Amino acid sequence: MTSTSPVPVTDGHFYEGSRLELDRVTMAYGDIEVLTEVSITVAPGTTTCIIGPSGSGKSTLLRGVNRLHEPRSGRVMLADDDALTLKPDVLRRRIGLVFQHFNLFPDHTALQNVALALRNVKKMSKKEAERIAAARLDEVGLAERADHRPRDLSGGQQQRVAIARALAMNPEVMLFDEATSALDPELVKGVLNLMAGLAQRGMTMLVVTHEMGFARKVADQVVFMDEGRVVETGTPEQIFDHPQSPRLRRFLSEVL
Amino acid sequence: MDWLDTLAKTFLDFDAMWQVFPQLLGVGLVNTLVISLWATVIGIVLGMVVAIMGISKTRWLRIPARVYTDIFRGLPAILTILLIGQGFARFSQQLFGPSPYPLGILALSLIASAYIGEIFRAGIQSVDRGQLEACRALGMSYGSAMRLVVVPQGVRRVLPALVNQFIAIVKDSSLVYFLGLLVSERELFRVGQDAAVLTGNLSPLVMAGLFYLVITVPLTHLVNFFDHRFRTGRRKATPPKSGLDEVEETTAQSQAPSPLTLGSNT
Repeated sequence: MTSTSPVPVTDGHFYEGSRLELDRVTMAYGDIEVLTEVSITVAPGTTTCIIGPSGSGKSTLLRGVNRLHEPRSGRVMLADDDALTLKPDVLRRRIGLVFQHFNLFPDHTALQNVALALRNVKKMSKKEAERIAAARLDEVGLAERADHRPRDLSGGQQQRVAIARALAMNPEVMLFDEATSALDPELVKGVLNLMAGLAQRGMTMLVVTHEMGFARKVADQVVFMDEGRVVETGTPEQIFDHPQSPRLRRFLSEVL
Repeated sequence: MDWLDTLAKTFLDFDAMWQVFPQLLGVGLVNTLVISLWATVIGIVLGMVVAIMGISKTRWLRIPARVYTDIFRGLPAILTILLIGQGFARFSQQLFGPSPYPLGILALSLIASAYIGEIFRAGIQSVDRGQLEACRALGMSYGSAMRLVVVPQGVRRVLPALVNQFIAIVKDSSLVYFLGLLVSERELFRVGQDAAVLTGNLSPLVMAGLFYLVITVPLTHLVNFFDHRFRTGRRKATPPKSGLDEVEETTAQSQAPSPLTLGSNT
């Protein structure tokens, strides 16, 4: 592989993902339990896809990992650290989250979107932050769009800016919350390509997705969830070609 | 047509109007603008504090903000101005001297801040929750997220409402005359009123009214004109582009051929 980036960027092309381990994580909204004792282990540098019907708690699970919503019980380990005892802001710096609806800052340009947290959280100088931001935008194929505001970008481009924004923080783990669900069909592939590229280059990824093709081709492990529980875990071949539980078989027959 | 003549003399006596014009321009207008601008600036600062308290998760910040807003929005402006202007006259004398001006401005600021607080709160709360979450997910603190991302968006949406509030303050500033202003401190209404009493004719007040309209009417239309811009920000026109071309943007970057077409990456 030859580098396509003219600037020698900090580990621009290879990532060092950390291990992520969820151990009997339970989450609730008020009195309603939405996740029950979910255990998932993502080995360093591998990709785990979570599939399942809507309302199965997939998105809630991701929000529990970076504690946008605090788990009620259970344990989350990031590398050798207990994620639930770290300061939330410290934890979140180590975990990138990509949202379904991008959540870019509308009055910032693409470059400023990526640079903002570098300056505010990592306390970089404007120049340094923008150098890294530009390199990250280049990495997601948007070097020429750096000065555009989100409204002037397509959905797919916006999502790639969002990915660049998360990557810029040098996360150890990337979480994707249905990152392509809000995109027009022809724009999905660009984003999935990018995600597959990240997986190939050693990022640890936990991906909630409805893209079964992506899960089959890119995932090292697939987790099927329903009604707040992990129903089945396995390799893509096990999950898609030899589903064990009736619920997974039914789910696959609905979506494939 | 006797009565028509009388009406014209009462309201449109051009001599009386012309006579009061220099004073309206040199004293009244200046003072009205000074009072209104100070009250607006202080009102915006206090209003932002009230708004931030009002959306706090902590009840002990939220409740005082609520009570404050209810009180100053619920009272007639004249009552607040008199209570503050006379009640605190002695403190004010020690701080600023005998002029009732500062207390008048303070009273107007308190009233304005109650309204402006609600305007800001509505604006901030109208910003999509995802904006705050995106900031938090990047490791930014609540304060940084609000300051750098959420509040600026919320404020821009309510700029038209803020201009309307300024217009209300300009009109309410006339009430400060109740506190007894020195000759040089008189604002538009008081200048017109004094002249009306002296001449026994309402024309100076009509002239004062025209001065108010000269301030308020253009602002009202300016708001309408800029409303769209304020809400959405500047747009850069870009030629339409087919989404089909986008896939190449990422394949060109990651190693060709596209990882998705490689099959399993293990």
